[in-house]
Amino acid sequence: MLSTLKNRFEQGYKTTGYPKTKIELVDRYRGLPEINKDAPSEIIEKCASECPQEAIDAKRKVIDLGRCVFCGGCERLSEGKFVKFTQNFETSTATRDHLFTDGNLPALAEHSKQHFKKLFGRSLQLRQVSAGGCNACEADLNVLATPFFDLARFGINFVASPRHADGIVVTGPISKNMKTALMTTFEAIPDPKVVIAVGSCAISGGPFRGSPEITEGLDSLIPVDLYIPGCPSHPLTNLHALLNYFK
Amino acid sequence: MKTGFLKVSNGCAVLRSDIPQLSFGDFRKNTLNIVKEGGKVIHFFAYKKDTTIKLLVVLRTTELLMAETDAPESYPSFTNECEPFHLFEREIAEQFGIKPEGHPWLKMVRYHPNYAGKPDVFGNDYTEDIPGRYNYYKVEGEEVHEVAVGPVHAGVIEPGHFRFNCIGERVFHLEIQLGYQHRGIENLLTHIKNKRLPIVIESIAGDTTVANATCMAQAVEALTQVKTDKGSQIIRTIALELERIANHTGDLGALSGDVAFLPPANYFGRMRGDFLNMTLLLCGNRLGKGVVRPGGVRFTIDDEINKELLRRINELEPQMQHVINLLFETPSVMARFEGCGKISPDDAEKLGFVGPAGRACGIQYDARREFPTEYYQNIKIPEFNEPTGDVYARARVRADEAMQSIRMIKTLLENKIETQPVDFGNFDLAPDSFVVTVNEAWRGELSHCILTDEKGKIARYKIKDPSFHNWNGLAMSLRDTGISDFPLNNKSFNLSYCGFDL
Repeated sequence: MLSTLKNRFEQGYKTTGYPKTKIELVDRYRGLPEINKDAPSEIIEKCASECPQEAIDAKRKVIDLGRCVFCGGCERLSEGKFVKFTQNFETSTATRDHLFTDGNLPALAEHSKQHFKKLFGRSLQLRQVSAGGCNACEADLNVLATPFFDLARFGINFVASPRHADGIVVTGPISKNMKTALMTTFEAIPDPKVVIAVGSCAISGGPFRGSPEITEGLDSLIPVDLYIPGCPSHPLTNLHALLNYFK
Repeated sequence: MKTGFLKVSNGCAVLRSDIPQLSFGDFRKNTLNIVKEGGKVIHFFAYKKDTTIKLLVVLRTTELLMAETDAPESYPSFTNECEPFHLFEREIAEQFGIKPEGHPWLKMVRYHPNYAGKPDVFGNDYTEDIPGRYNYYKVEGEEVHEVAVGPVHAGVIEPGHFRFNCIGERVFHLEIQLGYQHRGIENLLTHIKNKRLPIVIESIAGDTTVANATCMAQAVEALTQVKTDKGSQIIRTIALELERIANHTGDLGALSGDVAFLPPANYFGRMRGDFLNMTLLLCGNRLGKGVVRPGGVRFTIDDEINKELLRRINELEPQMQHVINLLFETPSVMARFEGCGKISPDDAEKLGFVGPAGRACGIQYDARREFPTEYYQNIKIPEFNEPTGDVYARARVRADEAMQSIRMIKTLLENKIETQPVDFGNFDLAPDSFVVTVNEAWRGELSHCILTDEKGKIARYKIKDPSFHNWNGLAMSLRDTGISDFPLNNKSFNLSYCGFDL
């Protein structure tokens, strides 16, 4: 018992004050990209052709955050002249086309499905389905339950049964072998329900585009309400998305 | 060589024309002999060469030995004489339709049609997309019942199916069916543009990002004659050890949670986040995606980052030690851990365990010690001295390794680390070549093999996750145990579903 108490004192209070207090992430973190539309076109073309995810639209001068894995290759290639990745981790959107961005994103809190705030603002129970990903997004969702983020203090929990859930959180590129399990879980959630796609894989197939074993985009199977990009999405990105969408 | 096998070195390319082509009889005889005398299987797979299908094996004794042969339509199973081959033979049957006759448990691995267009060895109908729909081994008896778990599990974890045959609470037999996360990675790697290669490799298994990226980078370096500088070797070693610590910490927390001891569950959970944040500090990604590339690393450790990493790890070291002590000195925890899910050293040998699970059963093999790469030739890797084969041993080995890794990182950060960062790496691979790389990922021996064609394109990319050896260990550990000990055992192994499924 004494040992437990001693450790308790040593560990201290670690919960973040976010969203009340601001958090600054480290320099090397790659969050929302900011595009310089006046960059020379050869540089833009080069970035677009070197992007491993084909996420850069050189004509429209936007990056598709749903395909982007935030590797930072374009930033290094253009030496920051075309794109810079900021430390802004608030990268989530309510529609797929908002993810095609030059650095400006609409305010997530003003999305078009405000009824979800009334329904789930004070208590949101989510069922997570891991549909074939690499487990990185799951790891950064799991960490939301640990003391630093402490998701439960906002009334948000991950539940064991889809019958108890208000919505489904999908990670992974929805492999063929998981499709039926995913759809059955989705159908088991009582209405009204919300669908959240977390990570590049769930939004666009991620690094696995082109493989016949996966599905390119959760929204080709079920309508998605909230898109959280990343590879994996930082836990603060997940937290920001959940708090702004539902509260 | 008496066996006709070729000795290869970890991370050194050879010409495919130098690989010994044995007759199937010699191949089978010599492979079995080497393994019966204590050798272990690193790779055993099939691949297509023009119109033939070949079998390739890489074994390890104190050296790496390899050979090839033409694959027959079917052949007398190796597993009957030597168990470590069991899953490899099933994978060959699934990928290329070659039947191992007399295999004691011939069933699918990842649930997908074979690449050779042959009739399916298992008689599966792939229009049905559930791998779990299978005739599981049933124990007959009036009071025997089956419990099915998954693929959608209670927690936020990867999908897999577990079928228990129980009497009351006691488990007679556990059968595990995976394949739900099969993304077709090995195939994808043979026809994507080079720029995508690191991105796909880093996404095989998120918690093994750095180890997979390192295996790939070493293989590509071997095929492009590129040497990495000392600084990048040190940084890769640091990133690998940070990955090891973060995962072991998370697992210790999960194990604490499973015995309902919440203080360490939460403390370890928070500290895992702190270790991930150290990787974030290094490379901008908590899982280490984007650090390692062929030729070196993309991020340097300058004086400022060095100082900050040291400050953080010095703060965490005593906290980790205290919480570890708290966990293992609590009698109610030990009562759950000790004797639970015990696997005999004999079974562990037969199944070919690797990594911490193996070390917990007395198999001291650690690739960092036996086939050192990066900066490991300058680091002493201690042996584990409590191999009781139960959950306690598997938890204890993790705790010990986490503390050892912390000390390793502190030593590596003592001096200035200088390196030239690389960006994308050179991918003009030598034609008609073969390379195998072996590294000790946090779960155990991870290995990649690349075979290039006459144009220098990747003809076959074979990935072997350490979980490939250990999944059956989980099934074995549940025999005669209470089913309520399943989560504890599962977490004590913490095997990779996605690394296995590929």
